[in-house]
Amino acid sequence: MKTIYMDNNATTQVAPEVLEAMLPFLRDQYGNPSSAYTFGGQVAKKIRHAREQVADLLGASSEEITFTSCGSESDNTAIMSALHTGKDKMHIVTSRVEHPAVKVLCGHLAKEGYRITEIPVDREGRLNMDRYKESLTPDTALVSLMWANNETGVIFPVEEAARMARDRDILFHTDAVQAVGKIPIDLQNSTIDMLSISGHKLHAPKGVGVLYIRKGTKFTPFLIGGHQERGRRGGTENTASIVAMGKACELAAAHMEEENTRVKKMRDKLEKELLARVPKSRVNGAVEERLPNTSNISFEFIEGEAILLLMDEFGICASSGSACTSGSLQPSHVLRAMGIPFTMAHGSIRFSLSIYNTEKEIDFVVDKMPPIIEKLRGFSPFWKPAGQACASDAS
Amino acid sequence: MWEYTDKVKEHFLNPRNAGELEDANAVGEVGSMACGDALKLTLKVDDAGKIEDAKFQTFGCASAIASASALTELLKGKSLKEAEKITNQEIADYLGGLPKEKMHCSVLGRQALEAALADYKGEPQKEQEGEIVCECFGVTDIEIEKAIRENNLSSVEEVTNYTKAGGGCENCHDTIRELIAKVREEERPVTRPKLSNIRKIRMIEETLERDIRPSLQHDGGDIELVDVIGNRVLVATRGACAVCKASELTLTNFVETKLREMVWPELVVEEVKE
Repeated sequence: MKTIYMDNNATTQVAPEVLEAMLPFLRDQYGNPSSAYTFGGQVAKKIRHAREQVADLLGASSEEITFTSCGSESDNTAIMSALHTGKDKMHIVTSRVEHPAVKVLCGHLAKEGYRITEIPVDREGRLNMDRYKESLTPDTALVSLMWANNETGVIFPVEEAARMARDRDILFHTDAVQAVGKIPIDLQNSTIDMLSISGHKLHAPKGVGVLYIRKGTKFTPFLIGGHQERGRRGGTENTASIVAMGKACELAAAHMEEENTRVKKMRDKLEKELLARVPKSRVNGAVEERLPNTSNISFEFIEGEAILLLMDEFGICASSGSACTSGSLQPSHVLRAMGIPFTMAHGSIRFSLSIYNTEKEIDFVVDKMPPIIEKLRGFSPFWKPAGQACASDAS
Repeated sequence: MWEYTDKVKEHFLNPRNAGELEDANAVGEVGSMACGDALKLTLKVDDAGKIEDAKFQTFGCASAIASASALTELLKGKSLKEAEKITNQEIADYLGGLPKEKMHCSVLGRQALEAALADYKGEPQKEQEGEIVCECFGVTDIEIEKAIRENNLSSVEEVTNYTKAGGGCENCHDTIRELIAKVREEERPVTRPKLSNIRKIRMIEETLERDIRPSLQHDGGDIELVDVIGNRVLVATRGACAVCKASELTLTNFVETKLREMVWPELVVEEVKE
């Protein structure tokens, strides 16, 4: 059975060009970039090149790029550095819909005595900018806001938020793991101080990330050890993956237009067709201010895990914000923060596309989804076939 | 992804008896959409008190659907007296087991059955029995105590897995702990059923994984189960424990006490040196 992969916000396929670029460093070019001889030095040169490729995609300069092991490490590094360099400042501003790498870390920091303000979002998942502005105080060490949400694709106005932080001398970090490669980013014309990227979300392999640190930003390393990454991250470089990350960023820049035209068109078609063919379905998240590849759709009166497993029978891969898929008993914190009713949140399915998806796959999914929804609704106690669903319980 | 048995998958993909019986004379409805799962059970009981037919409607995940399907299969042809005795564990066993986080799906089945049987007997629908403990999922102390008693639960996590109570804001965790202690207290005088060896070993392993190893690892130590012979639990110490002079004390004071509490009161922990 062919896999129809529409879960690219979870992870992505390694691009063939990326795999090609990294293979030599897993085979013959195994030298340590720190070594004195040419065999090592030639690898160091490739890492320098990768650093430039990443910087180019971000509109940054290469000395602002530090390679890490993943997006979570980048997030942790940024937040802990801001607290270490922020002297006695004890306040962090973040949002209610952050990735666990930020959210859970902030929860731990709260136990250590830090004050955390989580800015709410509206029903469409948009950040409450008034509340954000009010939350910034002289005691605030750091703002950490995601650029785009992994579950809904909703984009936060981080550049505006960063300017407001800069005006008050507050460090600004953004988890841009979902945004990089999908929407244009130009850091030299922003006041963002730190930014996290994850390789495997943009067709590089798992196990490599980037932390952008603006020139002049006070910084303390998270992983202490050798002189690698100019002392900003100890540990022998993951050479093959760093080279892969560079290549993936170069490709992302080249594919940016396709992402925002062809991929967006496929996403829009998928969404439009599903909403038209399946009654009692709706899109979660601001339709306009959204990543071009993401669509989060709720199918009322049924549960997401059951939908996913029936999709799996056709090889279709996607995600759900239902409680049962998360292993917790409550639906996704993102949908709850948006105030999506439980009746909707439990039956939410996230489709996230990439340039490797085809129109044919969209047609296939559009064809297979309605009967799946119908089957499950067929034995849902809340679904009335006439269409007037009984929502006595829709609290 | 959850690891479901083939039987769970099969019942999920091809649910038996899905739908609603038009001529039902026993109906049980439990759960709600807010809770994430709900089950409506309709039964047709004949004059002799035998369940002629059973159907279900479910809002829930794969294991909730499979559990409801299994329940209807278990019920068909049974007398009311036999049906009364069906436990949530039997529903889970019928499916070759459920992931522990999904045991509440089988409990939902048992609750729907109780509601349907009460309906048949014409007992008034009890709106709510006991006090709500878990506000997030609307679970009462009586439901929690019942789950603790019937499934021999001993931690908040287990109670959450079986009843969902405590799975939301976590404010009720202290109350759940008190309920566990209360049920334990009641049970003490009653002689325990004999533990099968397999179950004993499994419980020892679970207790080691859940309650013992994390604390030891926190202090840089560790422990490994080597063998279980009767009531003798043979373990090997690792890490800091292996070189610690106080490890013997840890073994009796902490490991043995915990295992006796959670598994069987006559267990003796012995250290094996390699």
